[in-house]
Amino acid sequence: MIARLTTGATPRGLLLLALLLAGALIAPIFAGDYLLTLLILILYFAYTGQAWNIMMGFAGQLSLGHALYVGLGAYTAAALYVHFGIGPWLGLLAAVPIAASAGAFIGFLAFRFRVGGVYFAILTIAVAEFARVGFDHLAWTRGSSGLFLPVAQYSHNDLWQLRGHPVMFYYVLLVATALAFIFCRALLYSRIGYFWLAIREDEEAARAAGIDTFRYKMIAVVISAGMSAFAGVIYAFYYNNLFPEQVFHISRSIEIILAPMVGGVGTLFGPILGTFILEGLSEGLRTLLGILGVDVPGIKHVFFGIVLLLVVIAVPEGVWPWFARKFGLMEPRH
Amino acid sequence: MSVDIYLNVAVGGILTGLVYGLMALGLSVIFGVVRVVNFAHGEMMTIAMYIAVTLFTTFHFDPLVMMVPIAAVLFAFGYLLQYSLINAFITRPEYSQFLLLIAIAIIIVNVLLILFGPDAQNVQTSYAYDSFQLGPLIVDATKAYAGAAAIATTLALFLFFRYTALGTAIRACADNYTGALVIGLDVKRLYALTFGIGAACVGAAGVMLLLIFDVTPAVGPAYTLLAFVIVITGGLGSMPGALVGGLLIGLTEALAGLLFTPSAKSMFAFAILVLVLLFRPQGIMGKRAA
Amino acid sequence: MSALLSVNGITKRFRGLVAVDALSFAVPEGEVFAVIGPNGAGKTTLFNMIAGVFVPNSGTITFAGERIGGLSSDQICRRGIGRTFQIVKPFPALSVEDNVIVGALLRRRHVAGGRAHAHEVLRRLDLYDKRAQRASALTLPDRKRLEVARALATGPKLLLLDEVMAGLRPTETDRMVAILKELNHETGLTILLIEHVMRAVMALATRILVMHHGAAIAEGAPGEVVRDRAVIDSYLGAEAVA
Repeated sequence: MIARLTTGATPRGLLLLALLLAGALIAPIFAGDYLLTLLILILYFAYTGQAWNIMMGFAGQLSLGHALYVGLGAYTAAALYVHFGIGPWLGLLAAVPIAASAGAFIGFLAFRFRVGGVYFAILTIAVAEFARVGFDHLAWTRGSSGLFLPVAQYSHNDLWQLRGHPVMFYYVLLVATALAFIFCRALLYSRIGYFWLAIREDEEAARAAGIDTFRYKMIAVVISAGMSAFAGVIYAFYYNNLFPEQVFHISRSIEIILAPMVGGVGTLFGPILGTFILEGLSEGLRTLLGILGVDVPGIKHVFFGIVLLLVVIAVPEGVWPWFARKFGLMEPRH
Repeated sequence: MSVDIYLNVAVGGILTGLVYGLMALGLSVIFGVVRVVNFAHGEMMTIAMYIAVTLFTTFHFDPLVMMVPIAAVLFAFGYLLQYSLINAFITRPEYSQFLLLIAIAIIIVNVLLILFGPDAQNVQTSYAYDSFQLGPLIVDATKAYAGAAAIATTLALFLFFRYTALGTAIRACADNYTGALVIGLDVKRLYALTFGIGAACVGAAGVMLLLIFDVTPAVGPAYTLLAFVIVITGGLGSMPGALVGGLLIGLTEALAGLLFTPSAKSMFAFAILVLVLLFRPQGIMGKRAA
Repeated sequence: MSALLSVNGITKRFRGLVAVDALSFAVPEGEVFAVIGPNGAGKTTLFNMIAGVFVPNSGTITFAGERIGGLSSDQICRRGIGRTFQIVKPFPALSVEDNVIVGALLRRRHVAGGRAHAHEVLRRLDLYDKRAQRASALTLPDRKRLEVARALATGPKLLLLDEVMAGLRPTETDRMVAILKELNHETGLTILLIEHVMRAVMALATRILVMHHGAAIAEGAPGEVVRDRAVIDSYLGAEAVA
């Protein structure tokens, strides 16, 4: 199975992957608190980027409202915990279907009625906004005042309740990202992966080849939404507070797409590399500005916008394909 | 509630809707001709709004008076943006264009955030609290002026596209890109001009909206979304459709704010969007794509 | 022998224009059936109705005993009708092999099986050596063969070809004709083709239908049809038969 997983990678690429994995496993030992927070953020966006990538990179549907699924996952798990004491892993059993249903709803609206391209993107934005305003008025989740989880003690790590030191979250996200990666790869190289690529490349030709495009687009959306719900659960239990204004805001959706866009839509390593670039470079920028004595709040997002702009102009397929070619990490076909 | 209140709110909504219509018109013109989906539309509008705010607080220039110069600045901005950057993306896949404009939008919003901060700003003109009375109708002066300005601008635009050589050339480009090239039209320049016109529209609309609403950097994306809802409702690529859509959304927004809570009014715009996408995706006045 | 494809009284209107006017014909299994006629005759509309792109206004289309009028294009393909596009539509970012695997996976659950079948088809279409190339890098004749390969990989009983010879030089046309002929003879694959290139039509077709203004003006064996007065007047021209 390992062999099948790694087809397409050159020996050099595999070595790099192994080093990266080893590094990731021992990083917390050497990382200070701040760096650990940063690494958690990187993993979080690498994971959500993978989830988003299934909809866009595999099935070709641009979702600009992915915060909806993350938010639904977060609120479901958090509300169940606050009201009934249900732990996050059990809460996941509710969060994933709820987010997946939202995805199915949007998918159905869009695909049954042939809503594509810009219309689909606008639809996703609109539904996320609808949720943002809607949750502001939802009493069960405390509306706009915010839903708060009891703050966790760092001294005691409770994996079952996800209460504990950030290190615990780091490893949970690390495992999740690795599993997401393996899962996406398996999907991409399977029959459904071929159908998704066909739909992405030319939907009409895909239909002429017998592919039920509605069905497979729905599957992509549902998987993507469900996976995002997990990220939401982690978000809720890590930050311990949720406000509709923040959770469902379009900025969250944009943040989710930045990493895959920069790294490479439709590739497996794209989201991961993209996050490294974005967070790494922005940290560098902040440090640099700090040395110069300049503190500009909000510069980070301007920077992200500029990076996205440069990538879209110069390396539209993303940095990962270029990177992989340059350093001989993957066989030419992939 | 008496009929009067409904009437007043409705009229207020219609006047606001006229300005929304102008804003959406800019988007429609850009899409109809250049075929680019301007995801930075609302953000461009906030640039105009902040210019107006700055001019007002520094020099006490009335926004309406400054409307034409500000629109000109936005025109230049749009022209340059299209000519230098966006034009290369016309032949690229759709989502590439989206992302280019999303990137521009992100940059605009956050630069404005750095420059002006997140707090709401507005202009308190001398007539900010005036109103006109027409029988049972009490109309805010700001809304009346904004609505009138919107009508005037829309009319000017309509006349431009209908009766001037340049306007006709632009419409030719929209109808048939290759045909336009073949007869020697400088399409790249005309595209830039069109984008500039769209930007000028949205700039003018922004100045008008500033009379009615506050501005924060965050309203940019909100207005982009609103512009899209209007344009899709009215019909993507249809200029009259943008106006009709604007009026409809302005009206529903106002009435929804009255009947339900004000903060929920945007939900109605989205509900309309979903209904339109489901049942009449070409919009009220759009033509079904062949 | 009952017909594999049977078209009865089929009509298609676009607003005021009648594109196809109460057309009827039958294609028995194993036949190579060519539809020819001047531009605007309604050939493509007919093609698209069979392929599930348009819904007929009236009349029926029966395939292997089942009514297929009004089905969507993917449903049509799943029932055993493969089609190519006049302006070829490969999956540009995918390799030649992957393009065909997509087709092969219609009736196969696993990629390995799909790949094996794709290789067979590629060999038949003379594209096996180019299987690792990106589809977007192919020349037009190769793309045309790729288009046929992908449709063939779906395991159709009837193959619809939409002006597959357009843009090909005579040698390339002959090559395509040879491949199609072989396919028809060896596997009994039924083929319906729309074509303007008479060289290919005469070499391939076992029966020809000539359309004009949406209706049939002649149908029969190639030799007869090509000498039909009405066909010569409306389409071929006297020199073509001289």
